[in-house]
Amino acid sequence: MFKKYSTEQHITFRELFMKGGLPEKLSFIIMGFSNFANKQILKGLIFLVAEVGFLFWLIRNGIHALAMLQTLGTKKQGLVYNSKLGMDVLQKGDNSMLILLFGIAAILICIVLVVLYIVNLKSARHIFELKAAGKPLPTAKDDLKSLLNERFHQTLMTVPLMGVLFFTILPLLYMISIAFTNYDHNNLPPKNLFTWVGFHNFSNVITGDIASTFFPVLGWTLVWAVVATVSCFFFGVILALLINTKGIKLKKMWRTIFILTMAVPQFISLLIMRNLLNDAGPVNAILKSWGWISKSIPFLTDPTMAKFSIIVVNLWIGIPATMLITTGIIQNLDQEQIEAAVMDGANKFQIFRSITFPQILFVMMPSLIQQLIGNINNFNVIYLLTGGGPTNSNYYGAGSTDLLVTWLYNLTVNTMDYNLASVIGILIFILSAVFSLWAYTHTNSYKEG
Amino acid sequence: MAKKEINYKAQKKRTKLLVYAILTIMSVVWLFPIVWIVLNSFREEGGAFVPYIIPKHFTLSNYAKLITDASGNYPFVRWFVNTLIVSVCTCVLSTFITISMSYALSRLRFKLRRPFLKVALVLNMFPAFMSMIAIYYILKALNLAGSLLALILVYSAGAALTFYVAKGFFDTIPMALDESAMIDGANKWQIFTKITLPLSKPIIVYTALTAFMGPWMDFIFAKIIMGDDVKNYTVAIGLYSMMTQTTANSLFMTFTAGCVLIAIPITLLFIYMQKYYVEGVTSGAVK
Repeated sequence: MFKKYSTEQHITFRELFMKGGLPEKLSFIIMGFSNFANKQILKGLIFLVAEVGFLFWLIRNGIHALAMLQTLGTKKQGLVYNSKLGMDVLQKGDNSMLILLFGIAAILICIVLVVLYIVNLKSARHIFELKAAGKPLPTAKDDLKSLLNERFHQTLMTVPLMGVLFFTILPLLYMISIAFTNYDHNNLPPKNLFTWVGFHNFSNVITGDIASTFFPVLGWTLVWAVVATVSCFFFGVILALLINTKGIKLKKMWRTIFILTMAVPQFISLLIMRNLLNDAGPVNAILKSWGWISKSIPFLTDPTMAKFSIIVVNLWIGIPATMLITTGIIQNLDQEQIEAAVMDGANKFQIFRSITFPQILFVMMPSLIQQLIGNINNFNVIYLLTGGGPTNSNYYGAGSTDLLVTWLYNLTVNTMDYNLASVIGILIFILSAVFSLWAYTHTNSYKEG
Repeated sequence: MAKKEINYKAQKKRTKLLVYAILTIMSVVWLFPIVWIVLNSFREEGGAFVPYIIPKHFTLSNYAKLITDASGNYPFVRWFVNTLIVSVCTCVLSTFITISMSYALSRLRFKLRRPFLKVALVLNMFPAFMSMIAIYYILKALNLAGSLLALILVYSAGAALTFYVAKGFFDTIPMALDESAMIDGANKWQIFTKITLPLSKPIIVYTALTAFMGPWMDFIFAKIIMGDDVKNYTVAIGLYSMMTQTTANSLFMTFTAGCVLIAIPITLLFIYMQKYYVEGVTSGAVK
């Protein structure tokens, strides 16, 4: 899979240790020693400081943090008899959550040091090889220069990757670990401890008590994702075709009207929609005053009706976006083919069905898959429109219109069942991964990314 | 023959009329909620729900109430300034981060490039909400929870994994340009700053504007990080907090006034960004 970037053969670290002199040998214990011995003071200093700092941290906090990871704390917060004072004293218990967080951070720090250690050995090997070949060693200035040339990618990517490590990978590892603990509303730190429970949460979601919520919610999530994606795509294409009909004037104005609605932040437009569709809201009030209905239509309060309303409101949001993208494609469609079809007597519908639509579909396939995954995780529409409601007494922590992702949100924010939320997060990930993988193998556009 | 021609013309005219009719109806449906917000923001009488659309009395007092913060619990101006600070900082940092990442992943060749692209794809598939609680605790451990700096950090750190659109753009710039510069003795830093960046104005504008608009729209992460610290809210959570069960009725018109005030700048930016948006989305998605 990996191409060999350099044809020259490196010696193994073992050979380096056997053949190398004292500086090389010492580099295996004291990082950067070889660099010091060869006057690469700056580089050596970086290695040495990293190692000393790591050891200092390891003895002060690291070992403790790693050891506590096994049990996630043993001391419970509460009153403990103190024999010296002869009375109960409040004991500050272990905080399982912090123990887990620091434990994972500690593991990441260890990994970073292992990487640095290998870089150190490679550097020592590089020096050794250059010397053996009789070439001059790079100075600190040369090294800094290479950061703008051969190793420019390191300059560009180091800072962003630090951000990813701390704000994406660390939280993610933490939450994945939570899926294997009993961190729920009964075991909230700091008052209580939580501990490892293995795959218990997964079996609970798939076959246990939670299954009766999970599968209906999963079903609705899939139905919603497919219907929302397909309907927005279909009507978006039609709108784009309508605007691009030959002879229609003010094309730009029509487009701008629809694009205008995309610009309004979703939390505004959706909250407004919720108001409009409320049982006491203007839509119902006006229909009533016209005498068309006598009782309010439960747009958002009846389970089936709410699902229907959500899909319709989502059209309002989704159609302009599809229209905008497909317009570009339509303008680049091969006109000759369409003209030929007109010559042969094809009507508008036949042209659309057999020529225009398949072509647009072909170009849009990858973005459709992305939209499908986006809709599986479409938090805003559901959360702002119905908040997952109307409530469903058969479900645990979810309402009739909750998607997996809004259910996940409820489980973390309202019911505080972090372990279940994590399991669901992992399952959503698997769902998205399956779709992506399928897309990856079935469409050509994905091949070169 | 002539008759047929007339028929054909008449039919064409009918189709056109039909298309105009459909477009007009659709435009009305699409614009109705927006017009309704604007009308509500000027409505003097009633609460959240009134059984008519056009207000009976027009007033500017909703805007005055919003800006002077009569109740003291909804400091809109302060929220506006907060959001502006956060979005300007996020815009600068995110653009820098996204452009560096996407450039490195698109134009430079290094050993871990392909594995990294795959890892990024996997990381992006986890729902963002899964880790928000963990992020909150990390920020708390760093003693940053509840500060604007925390928001800037979180929004900018997220930018490192949203490089696809910009990468798609860089992929389209011919490699021959780089090669000829390299033959002339330029190093990669010079190629990046002197050749690629000047060619990349559309994608830089696109990235910067998306990053700028993010903080104006996010009401979930910001709420988790800010908690109950009302004076550090951004406009999105601030306005959202006006719509709780107890306040929705009394504050509805003030809320719509706030919506109008933030929707105007965002809409203008969005319309300006439109052509970059199309270029960006289509080059990223349809490749």
